[in-house]
Amino acid sequence: MDPIFLKVLIGITLLASSAAVVGTFSYLKGQSLVGDAIAHALLPGVVLAFLLGDGRNPMLLILGALISGLFAHYSIGYIKSRTKLKSDTAVSLVLSTFFGFGIMLMSLTQRSGQGQQAGLERYLLGKAAAITMDDVYVFSALAVLLMVGVGLFYKGFQLMTFNEDFAAVIGLPVPLIRLTFTVLTVLAITVGIQAVGVVLMAALLITPSAAARAWTKSLPAMLLLAALFAAISAITGTYISSVIAKMPTGPWVVIVLAIIGFGSLIFAPEKGWLAKRRRAMANQKKTVLENVLKLMFQQEELSDRNVVLSNTDIMDIRAIRPEKLRNALTDLKRRLLVVEHSSGYALTELGRSEGRRVVRLHRLWELYLTERLGMAADHIHPGAETMEHVITPDIEELLVKELGNPELDPHQSPIPYEED
Amino acid sequence: MVGDAISHAVLPGIAIAYWLSQSRASLWMFLGAAIVGVGATIVIEILRKKLRVQSDASIGMTFTSLFALGVVLISFWSDSVDLDQECVLYGEIAYVPFNIWLVNGVSYGPIALWSSGVLLLVVLFYIIICYKGLKVTSFNEDYAAVLGIAAGLWNLSLMSMVSLATVVSFESVGAVLVVALLVAPAATSYLFIQRLKPLLIASASVGLAGALGGYGLSKVLETSIAASIATVLGALFLIALIIHSLLARKTSKYAVEP
Repeated sequence: MDPIFLKVLIGITLLASSAAVVGTFSYLKGQSLVGDAIAHALLPGVVLAFLLGDGRNPMLLILGALISGLFAHYSIGYIKSRTKLKSDTAVSLVLSTFFGFGIMLMSLTQRSGQGQQAGLERYLLGKAAAITMDDVYVFSALAVLLMVGVGLFYKGFQLMTFNEDFAAVIGLPVPLIRLTFTVLTVLAITVGIQAVGVVLMAALLITPSAAARAWTKSLPAMLLLAALFAAISAITGTYISSVIAKMPTGPWVVIVLAIIGFGSLIFAPEKGWLAKRRRAMANQKKTVLENVLKLMFQQEELSDRNVVLSNTDIMDIRAIRPEKLRNALTDLKRRLLVVEHSSGYALTELGRSEGRRVVRLHRLWELYLTERLGMAADHIHPGAETMEHVITPDIEELLVKELGNPELDPHQSPIPYEED
Repeated sequence: MVGDAISHAVLPGIAIAYWLSQSRASLWMFLGAAIVGVGATIVIEILRKKLRVQSDASIGMTFTSLFALGVVLISFWSDSVDLDQECVLYGEIAYVPFNIWLVNGVSYGPIALWSSGVLLLVVLFYIIICYKGLKVTSFNEDYAAVLGIAAGLWNLSLMSMVSLATVVSFESVGAVLVVALLVAPAATSYLFIQRLKPLLIASASVGLAGALGGYGLSKVLETSIAASIATVLGALFLIALIIHSLLARKTSKYAVEP
């Protein structure tokens, strides 16, 4: 394999995975954009280091970036805690003014005609294709450092992310943990920015964790998945940019990441958009079915005998769209909850029991609302219409016990128990 | 922060418009940018509200993806599209005088001057017409909803204005520094003033002071004009923050004493 390609590949993969791990904690803290701000705010430190040193020592630039990034991080924190300004105002303020200051300093260096600007350019646009063997060593060192840092401080980071006050109460050194995390973040950004540039750094931090969040709730799994997504994107992106001529690596990595990210948010099981929609549809369907059974049971209650209802009969009692009702009845028939007669539909024993259950839950809940929550009897129906589809057998049992095996609901209708 | 996001997200819109129209005509670029800008706002809202992504992350995901797409498109069409990332990151107002509006050989002055002038009028007009609705929705979205005001629609209109301002300022100051212009004056004024009308006036004044001061600074130091304006705006905020902190300390000292 082409050694240049291999260098870029290893470098970007290490970088992206490191950034993804740090970004996951930021994501869970709801502070993803702080990373974006830091990426921009590194610039003045880098340029000052460039002006002070001979401009060729990359370590000096990294040091400048680190100081500048830490300073920006604390500025955001200070503005947030001491003024009424909102968090995202503080973030964009620091981002833009620090960056502006950096560009201003940079135009100073251009004027003074100190050539050798390549070192600076890297910090703006990123030069993935120009990754050298030295860079690969730096990236590997960073990745190892991050792994060790996260490994040592795992418990602390976890608590800091989810509940800082609790962490302080149980005696963890919160300021130290926070400082460690900030330094690791700034470090990851400082190094990463040189490969993908100021703007796209935010993608490496944010997108993998947002994608991972769609698949899992557990923190260790999220960290692993985020790193994995980042690595896949890095490899695919580098490959694409090496195959097509003149294609930049960083943006392609980010595009692959975006596809994984948006894809996860849409297609992930359980938390994805499609799964949620499917669940909502299933719920809606269940509600319609239960409403039809309830209606038929209530008609039997009124007339005290088995009834046969046609579609129009049902629609006269409850507003249901015709095709929705037709589908519901077909479904009920298939599940043996109703039988079809020449003049309409009648409940089976199974369907009667199901309808009775829904009516029972409705009336139990109405009674609970008036008896225990003190609501007026004419206000409780809409709430019960929803709850009758939600209450589980366990909750039903508790309700019955809580209300002392009641006979009548607030409207004096009998609560229908299963005859045994 | 949405302003920052939009200013980056419009890149693919500009690239596509440039490629389709094969010209740097501001109208086409503006249209492309405006469409993508408003689209990005909608995507961010969907991610946040429908898919429950952290609000920071939904902004970050959207604009970085679009920016990356823009860079890739520009690289694809690099033979025919003469744009680069640098010009997007930091525009240069100093070049504005060279981009002249010519009609039949008669010069009407720099294009950017005209577009900025029109922008100023449009924004003023928008604020005057929509003052009430904006006021209610900015301060209390729920209350606005109770009054029967479509808060979502107002938000969208405000975001369209932000993308308009962003796109127009783009050529002169670039995607990042336009954020300083959007945020810094209001943030500085808000430290001391909370009432809307005085706040608007104070913000405009701080913005003006920043522009003049930044221009002066850039003349003295021979630095980039836009960056100097952002720097001066940052410095103004810093001064305001120091005064604010001193005042706060004073009042809290009195508050502690019995």
